[in-house]
Amino acid sequence: MDRREFAIKVVSPALFTVGLFVVWEIVCRALHVPLTILPAPSDVFGALWQYRKPIWDNSFVTLWTTLAGFLIATLFGLALGIAVGWHRALYAGIYPVMVGFNSIPKVAVVPVLILWFGLGEIPAVITAFLISFFPIVVNVATGLATTEPELEDVLRALGASKLDIMRKVGIPRSLPYFFGSLKVAITLAFVGAVVSETVGANKGIGKLMLDAQASFQVPIVFAGLLVLAVLGILLYAATAAIEARFTGWAFRGQANR
Amino acid sequence: MAYGRGAAAVRAIDEVTLDIARGEFVAVVGPSGCGKSSLMKLISGLHPPLGGSLTVEGKPVTGPLKSVGMAFQNSNLLPWRTALDNVLLPLEIVEPYRRQFSKDKFSGKARALLESVGLHGFADKHPWELSGGMQQRTSICRALIHEPEILLLDEPFGALDAFTREELWMALRDLQAARKVTVMLVTHDLREAVFLADTVYVMSSRPGRIVRRCEVKLPRPRDLEVTYTQAFQDVVHELRSLIRG
Repeated sequence: MDRREFAIKVVSPALFTVGLFVVWEIVCRALHVPLTILPAPSDVFGALWQYRKPIWDNSFVTLWTTLAGFLIATLFGLALGIAVGWHRALYAGIYPVMVGFNSIPKVAVVPVLILWFGLGEIPAVITAFLISFFPIVVNVATGLATTEPELEDVLRALGASKLDIMRKVGIPRSLPYFFGSLKVAITLAFVGAVVSETVGANKGIGKLMLDAQASFQVPIVFAGLLVLAVLGILLYAATAAIEARFTGWAFRGQANR
Repeated sequence: MAYGRGAAAVRAIDEVTLDIARGEFVAVVGPSGCGKSSLMKLISGLHPPLGGSLTVEGKPVTGPLKSVGMAFQNSNLLPWRTALDNVLLPLEIVEPYRRQFSKDKFSGKARALLESVGLHGFADKHPWELSGGMQQRTSICRALIHEPEILLLDEPFGALDAFTREELWMALRDLQAARKVTVMLVTHDLREAVFLADTVYVMSSRPGRIVRRCEVKLPRPRDLEVTYTQAFQDVVHELRSLIRG
């Protein structure tokens, strides 16, 4: 990384983030915003430090429920996407149901899940899964559907079976779509887990924020939001790194620039 | 119609009969849309014939042939594979290689093939790191790696500039001379057809049929210089007069 790239990739986002907090702090102090409306960053970071133990414990719960739901969504989404991309009849049959299912706000499903599985981590895992598998299915199916017929011809001319074509062309070809959808899916899974925790749970960042709000400990609520934002960035960055690792060939333009 | 020991007979499109001897280099020329590519797809088994029969080596063609190698106008290399892995692709599909496939086992063969068309040191590059001509060379290597009896080339140099095209003519000429493979080249470049082929078939527009079979008597090995001789020009001129539009 040369100096110019370092300035763009590291210095620029760091300055912007710090600047945002500074402006926030100044506005809160200058306008004497009450602590119960909008706490200043200094108060939020104070609360973050003071309650670091419960925040850490609850973050861990949210993190693992998110990842568990995301993992199930990845496997399920990949399998269903390949199935849907495999055959047009399957595509036509499954698609309307999936769109309908995806349109249901997942908040509305959480009470049912709690009814079935009780308060705990399982409703959060399932909500994370339900909300995040759809983009994976759609993207994998799109990747398969947009495979160039010429590339398939290369294999068909050799007498390859449909399974061969899928393995050698279809799936590698749709991997960039798959990994692209993972970036969307991971943030959705995170949202799903937190939403489920806010509706009903005994652990997790969502639950922590709900309790803090009930007792007017607004700085803790904001500390929770801050943790959510940081976790979201980390999860996104992790999936983006995996994407770059596995589908570098699809991003050659950027790599060469 | 039938294929004996020494000749393949193929019947396609509208009453098209081609007799191709083993090791012969055949070119099919004609105006665009005359069914040159369809003919090729029929022979390769990519498209089933609507009527009539199609036999290659005495066996009716019902599906894609394993004894055929194909290269197209676009190199159609898989962008996620290196040149070497692209060349190895047929071996992962076609028996008997498939059963015993391992990259270590066959990569030497693939590298040797790539080197024979002048791609020293490019085996581990990805397609986008290769020029158009290099991609097309790789594509031809891929069509040859499983040692097919017949090499089908569908306007393989159509998308290249004139100099690269002539370079690849020589590469193909040498490959064919070295491997004695039967080649069927579909092209609309008459100079290309005459330079490379033993026999040139001229097709007419719809319905596609063969209007002339023309043997090129120029001695081999042919050098690029031959394309500037009067004998060469005469053949090209004669062929041109058979193609209207």
